[in-house]
Amino acid sequence: MRKESEAKFNRRKFLAGVAVAGAGSTVPPGAAIAAPSQAPLDAPPRRPSALPPNAHVAAVETGTPPALAPTKAAAGSDFMVDVIKTLDIPYLPSNPASSFRGLHESLINYGKNTKPEFLTCMHEESAAGMCHGYFKIAGKPLMTLCHGTVGLQHAAMAIYNAWCDRVPMIVVGGNDLDAAKRPPGVPTFHSAQDINAMVRDFTKWDDTPVSLQHFAQSFVRAYKIAMTPPYGPVAISLDAGLQQEPIHENGERLYIPRHVATAPPQGDANAVREAARLLANAQNPVIVVDRAARTENGVRLLVQLAEALPAPVVDQGGRMNFPNTHYLRSAPNVIGRADVIIGLELSDYWGTVNAWIDNGGDDGSGTRESRIKPDTKLISISAVDLNTKSNYQDFQRFQTIDVHMAGDAEATLPALIEAVNAALSGDRKAALEKRGEALKKARAEARERTRAAAAVAWDASPISTARLVMETYAAIKDLDWSLVSSSGNVSNWPQRLWPMEKHYHWLGRSGGYGVGYGAPASVGAALANRDAGRFSVSIQSDGDLMYAPGVLWTAARHHIPLLAIMHNNRGYHQEVMHVQRLSNRRNRVASLGKDMGPIGTSIENPDIDYAKLASSMGWWSAGPIKDPSELGPTIKRAVEVVKSGQPALVDVWTQPR
Amino acid sequence: MYRLRLHVGLAALAGLLLLGQGVALAASAEKGKTAFIKNGCWQCHGSVGQGGAAGAKLAPDPLPVEAFTTFVRTTNRAMPPYSEAILSNDDLADIHAYLASIPKAPDPKSIPLLSSP
Repeated sequence: MRKESEAKFNRRKFLAGVAVAGAGSTVPPGAAIAAPSQAPLDAPPRRPSALPPNAHVAAVETGTPPALAPTKAAAGSDFMVDVIKTLDIPYLPSNPASSFRGLHESLINYGKNTKPEFLTCMHEESAAGMCHGYFKIAGKPLMTLCHGTVGLQHAAMAIYNAWCDRVPMIVVGGNDLDAAKRPPGVPTFHSAQDINAMVRDFTKWDDTPVSLQHFAQSFVRAYKIAMTPPYGPVAISLDAGLQQEPIHENGERLYIPRHVATAPPQGDANAVREAARLLANAQNPVIVVDRAARTENGVRLLVQLAEALPAPVVDQGGRMNFPNTHYLRSAPNVIGRADVIIGLELSDYWGTVNAWIDNGGDDGSGTRESRIKPDTKLISISAVDLNTKSNYQDFQRFQTIDVHMAGDAEATLPALIEAVNAALSGDRKAALEKRGEALKKARAEARERTRAAAAVAWDASPISTARLVMETYAAIKDLDWSLVSSSGNVSNWPQRLWPMEKHYHWLGRSGGYGVGYGAPASVGAALANRDAGRFSVSIQSDGDLMYAPGVLWTAARHHIPLLAIMHNNRGYHQEVMHVQRLSNRRNRVASLGKDMGPIGTSIENPDIDYAKLASSMGWWSAGPIKDPSELGPTIKRAVEVVKSGQPALVDVWTQPR
Repeated sequence: MYRLRLHVGLAALAGLLLLGQGVALAASAEKGKTAFIKNGCWQCHGSVGQGGAAGAKLAPDPLPVEAFTTFVRTTNRAMPPYSEAILSNDDLADIHAYLASIPKAPDPKSIPLLSSP
């Protein structure tokens, strides 16, 4: 009985072996293996309940996984560095802390401070913000280390921005888990049972490894999950004791699972065909995109789709999805004429097809108006539909969709383009050419209106945002430039006037609209652009910079070239009208105190000298510039400084918007 | 009820139009510039009424004073209405005078930075 039992296959182990084999065993097929058991010689041939393993699978099941990287690690955190290095993570922005001292020491000594290189940050929000910006240029996630409770709380806002912006990063929080061993006093204040709970609502996945082998699995899994669309941040709580303990072999060798990327989810094939049919037969199809293009290839695919129809494209700017020089790039008002709308990775479909007016209507909650015709058909492709978190409301108001696909838009586009081309007959294509001609004419007229609007207030002081933006463009237009952030609202002049054709020309916004994203994300993106040989420029607003200006020092310390043009409107302008609106509604004069805006919304008296602030942290700087005629020459000087490898900031007093 | 509201609304509108015409005669562009800043109009519309993402372009060539006044007093859109208690008739008329005084914008073709991209 016992022998018979031994002869049977252990299904769980068998399946595990198959899975591990997929992770890269090097044992050649057909290699001899030891028989698992001895059957009686006179017994009839037994029919296995499952196919027997070949040599490859059996070796993986019974042997030491060949993916094991030989380790000379002495400490647990040395092994963690070995794991981290397999994922080719170039940088690790972080603020130092005792709860991850074991890993910190291993990174810089055992790991030689390369891949990842520790970048010293002055705030965890800055570190996470740098990870955010870096990914949007490089397409690779960074990791950051946070100190237990307090560091993770500092980082939380930036992690939420990344969550809403569908950007991956690996957040590792140090934590002294063992109450019997953790140092008393401050480290205990900074410990918690479950630090990941703080960010669980806005991370894709988290884990608390309790062994080194568990860490290896967790870290590779975290990377894999973060990098599967919809991208997002992940968190690992890392016990301080696990980092500091020596490696105990216990007769079992540690191994590092090999990372194999997961293919992104695609829209259902039948739904793709139905979407194509609707689009091909529409009189006025409109394409609306927000984060549709994850890569440069996504831009090319969108152009193919738009030209195949042809259909106007409304780019909501979550990424640079569609060239603004293309004749099909259109203003949002085309939505009102549409009979079919396809939304690709929209963060707010309801807000795309509805207007909300903050006019105190409906008992103060505002008035809703439809932007579309009643019979307009709606199509959606979005991987975010696969997210299942419910506490934070980044999924926005509910919108009924006629053809709704939970899948990654960029990954689905090739099939959709093919289906659209198949659905368009030759006669239909010829008829649609007229539609393209009309859109070309409309595009040219809109361009002229935009230039005329930019000319108004050209010589005003404070300097107009149109002039700010165009003086900047004049100084960088001959470079391989990348607008890494526009944290201040400058009336979208860059998108309206700069020719944006590459994916890296515009990175989108923060995602969660948490103020304080602009400065660190710019530095992170500039780091990635530095390695790619590109020139980085940001339109930096005053309120955003003052959340954590220490990131300026990080940029100087680590030689990250970035041109920051300050949109210094001396206020939290976004809030001005909220107070004014409520004052009017209550028939009261908004109290300004001694400021320009309602009390609490201005940043003046005293005015902040951003040039001195930047200079004190190692930046070349100039300003405040108030005379528009001085702006161009000053920016040109700053560009030369940045080209030499330093960061430079030009403070400009600007119009509010 | 609806008819009564309509009559009241039309009467108020007519009154505002007449008021607008009356005060416009004594309006001062200089005072209007101060009022435009003091009352926060420039925060959304820009210091010379150029407009932007937050507010419509007001100048040059603003709406006729009657339409301008009516809009400011009765709008029900993103910009809230300004009652007389918040913005006096004199200030409103002066603001319109200021906007009307703003010279025509230069031709964008005459600005090198706007003619090339």
